[in-house]
Amino acid sequence: MSTATQPQQATPSEGAGPQRARPKVSLKATVVYALAALVTLFAWVLDTPADTRTTFQFGTSGDVVSIPNIPVPALGFLVVLLVVMLAATGFSFWRWRERRPLPAWTHVVVGVAFVLAFLTFVGAGRSTVIPMVSLLAGALALSVPLVFGAMSGVICERSGIINIAIEGQLLFGAFMGAVVASAAGSAYLGLVAAPLAGALVGAGLAWFSVSFRVNQIIVGVVLNTLIIGLTGFLFSTVLSDNKALWNSRMPLPRIRIPLLADIPVIGPVLFNQTILVYLMYALIFGLQFMLFRSRWGLRTRAVGEHPKAADTVGIKVNVRRVWNTILGGAIAGLGGAFFTVGSGLAFGREMSAGQGYIALAAMILGKWNPWGAVMAALLFGFSKNLGNVLSSIGSGVPSELLLMLPYVITILAVAGFVGRVRPPAAEGVPYSKS
Amino acid sequence: MKLELQGITKVFGSLVANDHIDLVVEPGEIHALLGENGAGKSTLMNVLYGLYDPDDGQILLDGAPATFRGPGDAVSAGIGMVHQHFMLVPVFTVAESVALGYEPTGAGGVLRLEEARRRVREISDRFGFQVDPDARIEDLPVGVQQRVEIIKALSRDAQVLILDEPTAVLTPQETDELIRIMRELKESGTSIVFITHKLREVRAIADRITVIRRGRVVGEASPTSTETELASLMVGRSVSLTVDKEPAQPGEATFEVEGLSVVAPTGTVLVDDISFDVRAGEILCVAGVQGNGQTELAEVILGIEQADSGSVRLDGKDILGTGVKERLRSGIGFVPEDRSTDGVVSSFSIAENLVLDLYDTPPFARGVSMSPAKVTANAEQRTEEFDVRHTSVHDPISTLSGGNAQKVVLAREMSRPLRLLVASQPTRGLDVGSIEFVHGRVVAERDRGTPVIIVSTELDEVLGLADRIAVMYRGRIVGIVDAVGEDGTPVSRDVLGLMMAGVPLEDAQQQAAQHRSVLGAADLGEEQA
Ligand SMILES: Nc1ncnc2c1ncn2[C@@H]1O[C@H](COP(=O)(O)OP(=O)(O)OP(=O)(O)O)[C@@H](O)[C@H]1O
Ligand SMILES: [Mg+2]
Repeated sequence: MSTATQPQQATPSEGAGPQRARPKVSLKATVVYALAALVTLFAWVLDTPADTRTTFQFGTSGDVVSIPNIPVPALGFLVVLLVVMLAATGFSFWRWRERRPLPAWTHVVVGVAFVLAFLTFVGAGRSTVIPMVSLLAGALALSVPLVFGAMSGVICERSGIINIAIEGQLLFGAFMGAVVASAAGSAYLGLVAAPLAGALVGAGLAWFSVSFRVNQIIVGVVLNTLIIGLTGFLFSTVLSDNKALWNSRMPLPRIRIPLLADIPVIGPVLFNQTILVYLMYALIFGLQFMLFRSRWGLRTRAVGEHPKAADTVGIKVNVRRVWNTILGGAIAGLGGAFFTVGSGLAFGREMSAGQGYIALAAMILGKWNPWGAVMAALLFGFSKNLGNVLSSIGSGVPSELLLMLPYVITILAVAGFVGRVRPPAAEGVPYSKS
Repeated sequence: MKLELQGITKVFGSLVANDHIDLVVEPGEIHALLGENGAGKSTLMNVLYGLYDPDDGQILLDGAPATFRGPGDAVSAGIGMVHQHFMLVPVFTVAESVALGYEPTGAGGVLRLEEARRRVREISDRFGFQVDPDARIEDLPVGVQQRVEIIKALSRDAQVLILDEPTAVLTPQETDELIRIMRELKESGTSIVFITHKLREVRAIADRITVIRRGRVVGEASPTSTETELASLMVGRSVSLTVDKEPAQPGEATFEVEGLSVVAPTGTVLVDDISFDVRAGEILCVAGVQGNGQTELAEVILGIEQADSGSVRLDGKDILGTGVKERLRSGIGFVPEDRSTDGVVSSFSIAENLVLDLYDTPPFARGVSMSPAKVTANAEQRTEEFDVRHTSVHDPISTLSGGNAQKVVLAREMSRPLRLLVASQPTRGLDVGSIEFVHGRVVAERDRGTPVIIVSTELDEVLGLADRIAVMYRGRIVGIVDAVGEDGTPVSRDVLGLMMAGVPLEDAQQQAAQHRSVLGAADLGEEQA
């Protein structure tokens, strides 16, 4: 009897379970692709004169082998890109009919084609070149604080604590980084102070939300307001009284990595950076690995998903949460240093400007995964920088509209490409034994 | 290992959940713990497992006193526990779940997942569990999840294994399997504390039985006692273990399902073109092994699952297009299968949970405001009627024992005028006394002229309650049989068992006639007694 029933129980989908048909696949991607193609056709292709050219610039001044600018016939290139988008639309529609899910690379193809089409249209018939390297380098620079913030969010939320205080941690990190670097005369000491500052904010969040079980969102918002007030006050009193001592610019030096930095286009973008950016690379890979392949990661995820289950195997839920929140705070604080020492700027009032909240959005867009969050942060950074570059080369598009670009792209990305997202189950819920 | 509990006392506020409980578990013994819902069984086991600090009393292991500051201490002392509500992270793989807390790691805390998988495979092979270490917990049926819990305990060398109502969510086949596993564990020297409400299982496997009532040990029973003796010892009065009911007086078919299909987003056909009707004043039991579409069928009727085609008519009107609230208001009572997640809001009080469906209608609401006095009065009345053991109706429902929380859902759904009652596993996790009461209520509802659909995997319940039985297999209805044939004999368990494996009615009847002895013997040996 037992042997007869066993296989049936172990694989119920084949044994006792029902039969299979084709899965349902969403048509969303097709709709978004078609929209992109329509915009390309009506807004750009039909508006571009036949004999104009767009010049793309791929080189930088520091190149070993200089890369020539590449002029392309604008209309022809636009039509090619349009065909690519239409093909992708058709492909995704076919996949939908066949009820087969779409591979991720089609999103990338359509996204790149759409952005290139836009750039081609903007540059058509102009003497100004489209600077591809500074477009990418600027995108990376704008993404750095977002990536640090999003990693901080991943660490906290995976363990069940909502970290709204990323904004405050970034700002306090920027502040302490600048002040300590300036007073000590060393940008690197600023990099030591920034994470400590962020950790302090993280500790505050952990203390109130774990020990007193206060609503985590409220604690976070209060901490942000507190930091904005505190740094603003110190900025207008102590810092402006003796600017030379407390708030002089202390840029981190760029470190050029030989060979890697010589790779055309991406070399100068990725490998001619400050130590802070290299730390960010290490953090991304390290966190991705540790979260899914280490004891720390396993326990962190367990505590965020099902704290009681973690408790029954002897894991100290609240201790883990406190440490993760402090660690997350330190990482966001370090990211904050990018605003000041990382960019060679002095501290300015409220200079984090809401980036902490955008980082949180990137984390959600990235489905609480380090890699996903990085991709989302890069998308934000890129679209923001695209707006900046376009207004500086004068695209004819009103700059107010260009400022909306990151948010429009984000909404499209969420609507079209992000499937069902599931936050950690116990996120925001204080844990106590009985 | 010999385990002794001496004078364990645990107090929640004004409620003494455990009152000086003494318990001795000998090495290699299967010790059954019997008691009503809310008697204090889970509490006692949580004290033993280090989850609760006892207010008084001590734990002795092989004669030496032990104090557990947390479950970690209990586990290292050789105690393993499979909780009433499983303690598994749904998004983890089996290997990760088993490793959690006791991870094999290399340098820098890096997991050695291969080692974890090997551990799972080793134990799985030794006991014939057939668990895939890389399967995700949420994709596994409850029976397999439970084996994962057992593997968890065994992988930490548990010498005393606590099983808190392990069979409540299992199918009969899975229960047989678990009992085989328990016997094997016992052979290898593990002691087992076994909590259950199913007396048949207790008699089949227990070496000793301790009965707890209202937090106190009321006595020991011998495994040779009859079920009736055990039941009355447990509840403190005599209990009828069979359902007392008159033959049905069915009227018109007021509830009809035609050509109904449900397809999951993944494309799996969950309910496959089924048609049936239920007459007013009749109980139709939907039997079948868990996961054959019964859950989805019930959910489509309430409207929390979408139908792909077909019609569902109540009192002549197709209800498929209407919302859940509308359906509830039109008189559908619905008891979900997984009551702890779908039936209650765990942070709400007992009183609030009792008006979840009617909170915005008189008398509980006047205009936009609720009237707390009415809500409280209603709660007092319902908890009294359904014997929900509680301290105050304003306590969060999460403080109730497993069985009592279920009674709250039943009380809510069965206490308004109904045009249709759909209940999935209505007595899962209830003690014998409560089962008697709930069955009585279901039959009373039927006699009031309501069509009743009971979804159950429990053959005893199906045979006891049903007027007609529909057996589901792979989303289809294999056949519908009258519970009592024209010649007055009840339908045989063997026939139903075969139908549950997908054998059509007529073949099943033939086969059952030929092979009666073989299948009868497999039926947990209850016929022996
Ligand atoms: N955390 C808690 N806070 C307050 N009261 C509680 C708590 N846990 C349990 N109780 C109460 O203690 C009593 C015993 O509960 P327990 O869960 O031990 O019952 P049980 O015997 O396991 O019942 P069941 O068979 O229904 O699972 C119940 O009345 C319950 O309401
Ligand atoms: Mg219990």
